[in-house]
Amino acid sequence: MKTPILKQGPYLIASLQAEQSDTDLLELQEVLVEQVGRFRSRGVILDVTLLDVMDSFATRTLRNMAQAIRLRGAETIIVGIRPEIAFAMVQLGLDVRLSGVQTTLDLEEALAILDRQRQEGMCRD
Amino acid sequence: MTDVVQIAIRSDSDIVMVRQQARALAKELGFSASDLTLIATALSELARNIVEYAQQGEIILSQIKQGELRGLVIVARDSGPGIADIERAMLDGYSTGKGLGLGLPGAKRLMDEFEITSCVGQGTTIKATKWVH
Repeated sequence: MKTPILKQGPYLIASLQAEQSDTDLLELQEVLVEQVGRFRSRGVILDVTLLDVMDSFATRTLRNMAQAIRLRGAETIIVGIRPEIAFAMVQLGLDVRLSGVQTTLDLEEALAILDRQRQEGMCRD
Repeated sequence: MTDVVQIAIRSDSDIVMVRQQARALAKELGFSASDLTLIATALSELARNIVEYAQQGEIILSQIKQGELRGLVIVARDSGPGIADIERAMLDGYSTGKGLGLGLPGAKRLMDEFEITSCVGQGTTIKATKWVH
């Protein structure tokens, strides 16, 4: 597969490459949803820092991915949307389509949010 | 200065390729990094429409110069089913395919000029221009 996935404790971190085809994205979706179960992951971080374009297909696929991952018991955070990508997404009306999926500026913040959510989850149980 | 690149669009890997070509041509013209992203995004939507609705078509990228103005022209052409109701196709959220229905209106917002001609049963041609500001 084109996208490297790192396992970091209870989390999976996928680093999307600069030029992702639709096929690459769909493949990533399938692999991540499966790995969340295999590794009993509590969170998935999608790092899009390198991505050249977030068009309607990529946005829809990332949202579907996050929803499927939630059904498998883990949270998803998208990290590293660059300023020009954010601007293009707003113009396309894609910001609304991604709502419901958490986004952060960097990996550190994403890990902190996932840790906090896990602790809150444990306290509730 | 007229540099023209013609690319056949048949699959999702062609969408990636046409984005790379457009970035290279647009960079030569002096577009800013954020404009390069807007152009690549618009192109991605247009190329995906070809693959999704017409299966195949072509995209022609050309650098143009009008007096002091420099720009990039995208022509996306297919011989697919055509668009019956262009006005509706240009509305946000309207789609007859599996997309979000943001492709055409979105691409129009990302570019400076946008013309669409389509005949049912004959195909669709879209011409979109972005000027260097």
